[in-house]
Amino acid sequence: MSKLNTSALEDVQTVTPWSRTQMAQRAALDIPDGSYVNLGIGIPEQVAQYIPAGREVIYHTENGLLGMGPPPAEDAVDPELINAGKRPITAIAGAAYFHHADSFAMIRGQHIDICVLGAMQISAKGDLANWSTGAPDAIPAVGGAMDLVAGVKTIFVITQHTTKPGEPKILHQCTYPLTGQAVVKRIFSDLAVIDVTDKGLVVTEMAPGVDLTYLQARTGATLTLQP
Amino acid sequence: MINKSIASLAEAVADIKDGDTVMVGGFGEAGSPIELLHALIDHGAKNLTVVNNNTGSGHVGLAALIENRQVGKMICSFPRTANSTVFPDLYRNGDIELELVPQGTLAERIRAGGAGIPAFYTATSVGTPLAEGKEIRHFNGRDHVLEFGLTADFALIKSLSADRYGNLTYNKTARNFAPIMAMAAHTTVVQTQAQVDLGSIHPEHVITPGVFVNRVVTVPEPAYESQLVNAKRHYP
Repeated sequence: MSKLNTSALEDVQTVTPWSRTQMAQRAALDIPDGSYVNLGIGIPEQVAQYIPAGREVIYHTENGLLGMGPPPAEDAVDPELINAGKRPITAIAGAAYFHHADSFAMIRGQHIDICVLGAMQISAKGDLANWSTGAPDAIPAVGGAMDLVAGVKTIFVITQHTTKPGEPKILHQCTYPLTGQAVVKRIFSDLAVIDVTDKGLVVTEMAPGVDLTYLQARTGATLTLQP
Repeated sequence: MINKSIASLAEAVADIKDGDTVMVGGFGEAGSPIELLHALIDHGAKNLTVVNNNTGSGHVGLAALIENRQVGKMICSFPRTANSTVFPDLYRNGDIELELVPQGTLAERIRAGGAGIPAFYTATSVGTPLAEGKEIRHFNGRDHVLEFGLTADFALIKSLSADRYGNLTYNKTARNFAPIMAMAAHTTVVQTQAQVDLGSIHPEHVITPGVFVNRVVTVPEPAYESQLVNAKRHYP
């Protein structure tokens, strides 16, 4: 992958990328009332804070709880009530505990409506790579990511549009090992909201100051604007 | 008379042999049977294949068992854990084998093994490196990969309460893999916080029925991994 020469564009445009909080807020708008939702570790976890008032959403954590609530006060921590990121949580009224096979039956049996995950790379066809760079000295670790993308009905991704050095993360084809094939439905980046469709990647919204030329220069796959 | 109570932790793990497969309950520290793991370290069985979601934390519990060079192979979904370089260091040196399994596939392999189902197909991992070399079949318009049921010689798990028949209840998300590991192991050893009279666990509230349990040893105040790690404890 080569770095992009975008300096000419930056001279003439004032772009205000969405913050991590704004990305989480934007994704939260697309979670309907009544959804059963699994949130990945990191920015996706923040989505729960921004669900619009009046919507009731139930959170699943794959280590065995449906009805996950916010973190407890420090003096109320139970080391055996944790989320998939191994952080202390609470259980809401109406919550249920279950064992791992039941928990993944919810995921693999398509009972969970939406999963929001982070990404290293996403392809134009919705392939997702988010567990390994394939580096030979890395300790491979996958957790539940492959089950979630294969089983949950709708997969949302929240990600920076490019890597820190500025390389595109949205590509014609992923170069890292895949987590799943053709699984991503919608991408919430710091620059745009993009739907993965049969006709390719369709941009539905852009951050302030971003236009299609600017976005395309930072994307490794062809984008079209929603008509 | 049926009474699955065992007096000591040492006795509960005494017949674990070199080369055995041992399933260890827990997801991170929730449900980790620290005292049984320490008894296994004292016992000293080597070249074990251990099934757990992770590889332990710090230098206690599962990480200590690995550090003590008793584990030849780990079967797990997420071997990278905060506060521990025990597994990564051995793995990079080629001193421990790893079978990486997606978490849901791991759970289902254990459940299937415990239910007498030798193999099954799943959509999880299709098109990824973890499906390489595995049989693929097309069902309902979608590719699926063949995975095999997993059984073990022993399961070491932790419960909140147990009666003398081995009926169990758990604490919150400490349940995780324990009920299915109890099904999949030839001998299931439980450390419980409380042994209770028959009938005091309502039949509607039994999570693991006693038929899946062989031995119960009481550990009234089990240690939590995080407390031991924060105190910089090493075992032994």
